[in-house]
Amino acid sequence: MSRQRDQAVLKNKPDNTAFTQQRLPAWQPFLSAGYVLPTFFLLGLVFIAIGLGLYFTSNNVIEIELEYTGRSPNSSCHHCTKNDTKDCKCNIEFKVDKTLPGPVFMYYELVNFYQNHRKYGVSRDDDQLNGDLKYLKEPSEYCFPFRQDGQNRPIAPCGAIANSMFNDSFVLYKVNNSEISKVPLNSKGISWWTDYNVKFNNPKLDNGTDLKQAFEGTVKPHNWPRPAYELDTNPENNGFINEDFIVWMRTAALPTFRKLYRRIDDGLQPGKYLVEISYNYPVLSFNGQKRVTFSTISWMGGRNPFLGIAYLVCGSVSIVTGIIMLIVYIKYQGQNIRKVE
Amino acid sequence: MWAELRKWAEQAGEGWRERRAQQCVGEENWVDSRTVYIGHREPPPGTDAYIVQNYPDNRIVSSKYTFWNFIPKNLFEQFRRIANFYFLIIFLVQLIIDTPTSPVTSGLPLFFVITVTAIKQGYEDWLRHKADNAVNRCPVHVIQGGKVVQKQSRKLQVGDIVMTKENETFPCDMVFLSSSSDDGTCFVTTASLDGESSTKTYQAVQDTKALRTEAEVDTLNATIECEQPQPDLYNFVGRINIYHETEEPIARPLGSENVLLRGATLKNTQSIYGVAIYTGMETKMALNYQSKSQKRSAVEKSMNMFLIVYLCILISKALITTILKFTWQSDSVRDEPWFNMKTQAERQRNKFLSSFTDFLAFMVLFNYIIPVSMYVTVEMQKFLGSYFISWDEEMFDNEICEGPIVNTSDLNEELGQVEYVFTDKTGTLTENNMEFIECCIDGHVHVQHSISNGQSFYSNAAIDFIDAPVGIADQERKELFFRALCLCHTVQVKREDETDYQKQHQDGRSSVYISSSPDEIALVEGVKRLGFTFLQVKDNFMELENPEAEIERYELLQILNFDSVRRRMSVIIRSVTGEIILFCKGADLSIFPRVKAGKLDLVRQRVQQNAVEGLRTLCVAYKVLTSEEYDSVHALLQNAKLALQERDRKLAEAYDLIESDLDLLGATAVEDRLQDKAAETVEALQKAGMKVWVLTGDKMETAAATCYACKLFRRSTQLFELTTKRIEEQSLHDVLFDLNRTIIRQSGSLPRDTYSGFSQHDLHDYGLIIDGTTLSLIMKPAENGSSSNYKDLFLEICRNCSGVLCCRMAPLQKAQIVKLIKSSKEHPITLAIGDGANDVSMILEAHVGIGILGKEGRQAARNSDYCIPKFKHLKKLLLVHGHYYYIRIAQLVQYFFYKNVCFIFPQFLYQFFCGFSQQPLYDTAYLTLYNISFTSLPILLYSLMEQHVSIDTLRRNPSLYRDVAKNSLLSWKSFIYWTCLGVFDAVVFFFGAYFIFDNSTMTSNGQMFGNWTFGTLVFTVLVFTVTLKLALDTHNWTWVNHFVIWGSLLFYIIFSFLWGGIIWPFLNYQRMYYVFMQMLSTGPAWLGIILLITISLLPDVVKKVLCRQLWPTATQKLQTKRKYISAEQSTIFMLSQTSSSLSF
Repeated sequence: MSRQRDQAVLKNKPDNTAFTQQRLPAWQPFLSAGYVLPTFFLLGLVFIAIGLGLYFTSNNVIEIELEYTGRSPNSSCHHCTKNDTKDCKCNIEFKVDKTLPGPVFMYYELVNFYQNHRKYGVSRDDDQLNGDLKYLKEPSEYCFPFRQDGQNRPIAPCGAIANSMFNDSFVLYKVNNSEISKVPLNSKGISWWTDYNVKFNNPKLDNGTDLKQAFEGTVKPHNWPRPAYELDTNPENNGFINEDFIVWMRTAALPTFRKLYRRIDDGLQPGKYLVEISYNYPVLSFNGQKRVTFSTISWMGGRNPFLGIAYLVCGSVSIVTGIIMLIVYIKYQGQNIRKVE
Repeated sequence: MWAELRKWAEQAGEGWRERRAQQCVGEENWVDSRTVYIGHREPPPGTDAYIVQNYPDNRIVSSKYTFWNFIPKNLFEQFRRIANFYFLIIFLVQLIIDTPTSPVTSGLPLFFVITVTAIKQGYEDWLRHKADNAVNRCPVHVIQGGKVVQKQSRKLQVGDIVMTKENETFPCDMVFLSSSSDDGTCFVTTASLDGESSTKTYQAVQDTKALRTEAEVDTLNATIECEQPQPDLYNFVGRINIYHETEEPIARPLGSENVLLRGATLKNTQSIYGVAIYTGMETKMALNYQSKSQKRSAVEKSMNMFLIVYLCILISKALITTILKFTWQSDSVRDEPWFNMKTQAERQRNKFLSSFTDFLAFMVLFNYIIPVSMYVTVEMQKFLGSYFISWDEEMFDNEICEGPIVNTSDLNEELGQVEYVFTDKTGTLTENNMEFIECCIDGHVHVQHSISNGQSFYSNAAIDFIDAPVGIADQERKELFFRALCLCHTVQVKREDETDYQKQHQDGRSSVYISSSPDEIALVEGVKRLGFTFLQVKDNFMELENPEAEIERYELLQILNFDSVRRRMSVIIRSVTGEIILFCKGADLSIFPRVKAGKLDLVRQRVQQNAVEGLRTLCVAYKVLTSEEYDSVHALLQNAKLALQERDRKLAEAYDLIESDLDLLGATAVEDRLQDKAAETVEALQKAGMKVWVLTGDKMETAAATCYACKLFRRSTQLFELTTKRIEEQSLHDVLFDLNRTIIRQSGSLPRDTYSGFSQHDLHDYGLIIDGTTLSLIMKPAENGSSSNYKDLFLEICRNCSGVLCCRMAPLQKAQIVKLIKSSKEHPITLAIGDGANDVSMILEAHVGIGILGKEGRQAARNSDYCIPKFKHLKKLLLVHGHYYYIRIAQLVQYFFYKNVCFIFPQFLYQFFCGFSQQPLYDTAYLTLYNISFTSLPILLYSLMEQHVSIDTLRRNPSLYRDVAKNSLLSWKSFIYWTCLGVFDAVVFFFGAYFIFDNSTMTSNGQMFGNWTFGTLVFTVLVFTVTLKLALDTHNWTWVNHFVIWGSLLFYIIFSFLWGGIIWPFLNYQRMYYVFMQMLSTGPAWLGIILLITISLLPDVVKKVLCRQLWPTATQKLQTKRKYISAEQSTIFMLSQTSSSLSF
């Protein structure tokens, strides 16, 4: 009988493991002032140090921003905003006081342009842009209403994003007294390496290498002056792998955005400069603005004091909180221990 | 004219009543009873018409689904749940209208949840199918044409004669026809049915027990009329009509002792024959497996409240954005800039309709704020978490070889919220292991050990007993008393082994008594030590051995069974001399009014004194019946037993008539010892802030003694009595008002800090004793409506008492009390604990019902939510497991809402920067996987393993339980705190990323990032913050926690690398290509992520530290104290050393 019982005990008895008995070895920390106070002070100091570094780095970045929308009649580009102008050009002059060491990056900036609008953002066909011949002829439904033209011919590249590609162009001149010399602008490497090399590809026919042939049967986007295969004479920068196009196709996060236009490898020496703008892109209809920007870049990107200030504030706050907590700690320490005892 | 009218009305009324009565009878016959033709034999003509009846076959179907209906039925079941239905609607909206996120984002999680649940349920059902098949295919022996035929169990029909051999399980419910043993009995264990492992004896029908072979049984021509299947295992009402060729048919009553139930096993008997009456799903076993009513925990209720709040938030968010979008669009320049033209169809769309679809689209975009995975996680947490209870080794009882059983995992957290504990006394607070202490015969007290010397003595000087020399008359009374104890019971004798039956029969010593009532065993064993040994019941003769070693035989004529209403039982026996005697045994109150002779006063005094000492008393009386009297008694009982309708009532009336005019013999006292650590447990529960009420059917004095013993009442406790005695002196009204005034006056002078946790030395400690009669007076609704007043007063009094004892309670009254407290205006959480059938009603009524695996069968255990082996285990169950489960689930719920606010609020803010175009901030994969994989496991594991303080601390400090009382972690205050924290974090994420992006480049090569990088930055900060927030809240870092928390962060990173690292085929967009890597290749992203995580976590840390310092809870004080004791003891010691040396 007793053996039977022992067996039953053995059979029914739960496993005596640390896990089943909820006694796994464990570290049992809790947020006490003892741990937290030093952490706060340390954190504060580290953050202030980082903040100072960031702040000065950001302040060393030089940025020159030129607005050329031409809304006001005094603006040099005002004449280009009239309706029936074609191939309008306007010039903007600016002065560089201090040397901008190379490379200097040249951006164009649009304001109040909702590239992040949902309907706009989906209006593209990544398969088509990847060079898939099938989608070249039959673009995705997402491109609607910029999928086919009136005669049901496929648009390449399809969609609203491609259709609205930024088409102002800039030429930069250095003005030495009356002499004007062109500053060389480098357009290579302005788009992500992976976009240029992997994500975007020109359609390729089996027999030929001619881009025009590959695009046969498609039409250009309605707003484009030229078809995609005539974007550039350089075959490495033509068609879907045109870097300006790739840059445009990366939709911006916010309604005011910059996009990289060119790089000036040698930097800008002090002096007078002149930007010649081919003014094509209409922005006044949606109360937009256009700017062109020159900026040097530090290891942490362009001029943006936010991070530095935020680090400084956060660091100071944590030190102040630390002090407050220290006071509370000292004041109430004795009481708690007395209470517990 | 009026008179005529009235007459007409009366006639009409009568007619209607009559008609109804007839109909009722007819209907009842048709609905409530069935006729079974034994062996499918037609009854002889002229009796009843043979009606072929269709009963289900003997197939047991415990499975819910079949192969064909699994998918539709399971889907239907699952979508009946409101949350699943909500997600289905969202999914359908996504399919129908043009929405910002693809249907995959809500479809996949929904599909995942549904599939996981379906797989779990399908697997369980498959197991059930397998078990069903095994049972349904197992062979049974059926008599057909005088021969034994083997059949599959499922082919058994009602009316088949079945043969069952030893150690086989009965295949269906059947009426016991005959047995291989001579006396027509068999032994059965119902262990698998109700858990009682004792062997019970069943009786074959008297007129058929002679049919011992297949051929004989096959000649039987009889019908059985019985009630339609009832789930009650312990009741059966039926009648057998046996037709002989020549004679009149014989009718015999059938009771539960004639019915062998499916699931029970035949023991110690070679074989039996029976006729199937209930088969398949109609067997009592199958009827008992029906699901019980659903209890919902307080946490679940607040969870649903929060859900509604979030639903409102969701709808208002969607409304706000829709309105803003509408105003935004009123400017056509913004609505349709040239670069983002609309199609013709879009332009022509009805304004109202498009606003509505916009609203739906925003709903879809923000729908993740109600987390689909929360329900799954909560369910998994409950299901898996409940294993920790059944695994608990400390709650395993070696004596009965059983540990705790979790019948429902829905209420785990409710164990941490209990405010009222209602406990049964017998078997719960006490061992229910009775020991015979003394008896009192006509006022002479016989203490057990002295009786063996043949002495009797005064037991108490306060009671004047006259110890006359033991005369012949007294000696006779004494022996009569012992014989009464020996005969008046329903104890069975269990023989250890069938083979040496003879030997044991001779010495009788190694036999074991078995009964459903431990009192009876104690009495029979006690009287055996006094020389009268009960041997056995054989062929309706009770055999006993008297001190002279002679065997006396008494014919057992009738047993008037015990029931809890009557609270007594009787037997009628005929001695060898032909004398017919009725012995009656029962509670004092149910015997004394029926006594007309005997030394009532002396016995009553003794009984009361024993009761004060906490002994259980029973009174014994007898009466001699003449044979004429017996005949009328027999007829009365027979009539009542044969009745098909209202048999119970008729029987009760008959018993009432028979058990009267008794001659009181004496009383017995049996001790029921307190359970191990019962007092400690009650004390701990009280310290934990729970009010303990003892509800018992016992007498006031006995119960009060037990209450003192288990420290429910202390010496300092001021007791108030609300008993019949007091009500007789004063009106109920006055008593109640008096008590209330006393309590309020005295407690008013005290500062009210009973909840502060450290003031256990209350000066005024009140206890209340109330009995059943008074309670029913209080509960009775009075005509003038003042009853509610009484109830309120009563509740007010109870609330101020630390312990309440309710004695003389009927089972239903126990439930009434629980209900009364449950529905009082604070709606406290109640817990009922009990072990017997009389506790079932309160176990079912209370928020949490706990059964004790006791000696009185398993009924309480089967109806309970949790079973524990002993009362002392309640302490760990509530104080440790309950506390843990509560904080775990509370954190789980709050955290789930928090992390989804963090998740969705940035998306809401983003709408202000994307022209309210419903642009999602995060990529589809992130939207989909956030809840089901990036942030799901850490919280699940947290909610399984969190221990904010150690098990031992919780057990040693019951007052910690008060920290979580009243659902404090899920109060609106903390809910709002969590939500605000979530909103704050979301604002930090979004605007942090916004300003980091602010129009300038983040890279060192001048390239720009797009909107998906922006979303990924926010998302990365989000995942890290939310996970680290949980890490901050984790107080118990086992390797599992480390693995899961760091593992899920690592998983997020690896997934993002993979997701962005490949041009995914079959996807029509490649927007995430290299986004994550490009982001991480820049310095500001890293610095920004670190900064934003820190800012998001800082306020919570500060709040925690300050709260801990300024307003520490008891738990936190203990944590601090423990730390001081363990770590800084040495420092303090050193400091005191230095200071003392300095003072010199």
